[in-house]
Amino acid sequence: MAVDNETVRRIAFLARLKVEPEKLEDTKSEFNKILAWVEELGEVNTDNVTPLVSVNDEALSLRQDEITAGHISEKILKNAPAQEFGYFVVPKVVE
Amino acid sequence: MNDLTDITIAESLSKLKAKEISPVELTQAYIKKLDENHKYNAYITLTAEKALQDAHEAEKRYANNTNRNLEGIPLGIKDLFCTKDIKTTACSHILDNFIPQYESTVTQNLLDNGALFLGKLNMDEFAMGGSNETSYFGPVVNPWSKETPLVAGGSSGGSAAAVAAKMCAAATATDTGGSIREPSAFCGVTGIKPTYGRCSRYGIVAFASSLDQAGPICKDVTDCALLLNCMAGYDAKDSTSSKREVPDLSAFVGMDIKGLKIGIPAEYRPDGLNKEVASYWDKAAKILEDCGAEIIHINLPHTKYALPTYYVIAPAEASSNLARYDGVRYGLRVDGNGLDEQYINTRTAGFGAEVKRRILIGTYVLSAGYYDAYYLKAQKVRRLIKNDFDEAFKKCDLILTPTSPVEPFAIGDTKMLENPINMYLNDVFTVSVNLAGLPAMSLPIGLSQHGLPLGMQLIGRAFDEGTIFKAAYQLERGANFVRM
Repeated sequence: MAVDNETVRRIAFLARLKVEPEKLEDTKSEFNKILAWVEELGEVNTDNVTPLVSVNDEALSLRQDEITAGHISEKILKNAPAQEFGYFVVPKVVE
Repeated sequence: MNDLTDITIAESLSKLKAKEISPVELTQAYIKKLDENHKYNAYITLTAEKALQDAHEAEKRYANNTNRNLEGIPLGIKDLFCTKDIKTTACSHILDNFIPQYESTVTQNLLDNGALFLGKLNMDEFAMGGSNETSYFGPVVNPWSKETPLVAGGSSGGSAAAVAAKMCAAATATDTGGSIREPSAFCGVTGIKPTYGRCSRYGIVAFASSLDQAGPICKDVTDCALLLNCMAGYDAKDSTSSKREVPDLSAFVGMDIKGLKIGIPAEYRPDGLNKEVASYWDKAAKILEDCGAEIIHINLPHTKYALPTYYVIAPAEASSNLARYDGVRYGLRVDGNGLDEQYINTRTAGFGAEVKRRILIGTYVLSAGYYDAYYLKAQKVRRLIKNDFDEAFKKCDLILTPTSPVEPFAIGDTKMLENPINMYLNDVFTVSVNLAGLPAMSLPIGLSQHGLPLGMQLIGRAFDEGTIFKAAYQLERGANFVRM
């Protein structure tokens, strides 16, 4: 399943990345090399095989739904590129 | 003794306890070595002053006999581990101003055991790479390089190079597809990726969460046991960390391996395998056999599909994990007209080429219409790869393979750079282990004809690191590799 320029542009937008127009051809060809390679997996018969999501066979543990860490908004905001009044600042999103 | 940095942690601890040396002297010796070796580009942030302060505290503890397991031992920390109030970048431009407000569980465990941190170590950006050349801070130079600067391996290239050049007593590292074992092999040091779930992933910058696992890189097998003992254990902050008890791994070092069954997988020996690598593999098998182990031939039929499986699953998980770098909460922000444009500008400027490549592939294989064909398919093949190991471990106790099919190559090698797949192929002997969640160690076996280190890998059953330590110690003695 080779991808075209339009697909590369669409995937890049989904990932919120920009592919410069002059790099589009190279990106596409690299993309297709990798896809052709991983398509070897098509040779494997996986009928009735359950996908392996995690190698961990232990059940996840439950815990009480209680606050164990809180009142740390200062720490959370410490690395924010922009903050005001205890909030993260983003460009205007509602007209 | 010429230099305190020549000895292992085990030897240092006995001298510290006997008050033959002091933690301050030991720390100063490593700082001196570190200052002499900036050319390797192993460290990207230094915390030597803090380490010296802590060494004075350690001295008091030795004086009043409250010394802990790693009291006063100077370590290097891979820059993927969050360290409180110490810059943690994952060697990416997008995080190059990030100062964590909390400590990762693994580094906290080491601090609680009395270890000191000399600084943060270079690595491939977000641990994506096999040569440390994708780091925003430039490649690490392999201390074994002759005239041409060679790669230290990746992604934990800084960790392996720093241990080899004695710029720390040992280092933390992480392994998603071979990132502890391949650089260990390339730099002639010893590293273990424990079973998935052994070490908490809390506070480790995430790459591929179902594969990532932390472990130590050390001067020898004995030190790996000492370090892993202190790093491992259940942590409520990581739901995938295991509640299984961690046995004292040091107790396995020196144990007899009579009757142990060592499997040699036929699929790891294609016709074109590098002759030196193959002959060292035979030598390693012979050493274990001479110690009383039994060599048996096994099959891991889905081996050839491990790399393509990995290069679907790891990028898919990475594309999800790296969605958090949005220029809003931490890290780089590049302004744009509106929120979407700000995301795009930030991420395009902040990520390097290899990281972007993997995010794009990951986004594609998870996107509507392709999820079943790629991602689900890869998860099914992952099951078959794990089943292969389950079958093999009915016949043997350990699996012996080379760590890497190649010796360290030149920085900027054109063959590796012209096609990303050529670089990916170097992980051929290591990725299956991550897919199956198993523990595996790489230790040096000897030098190539070019005088460069080659490594052997021992793979164990899940949660059976102990048996790896038993055999690795015997193999280390038999190989008699001379450290730098």
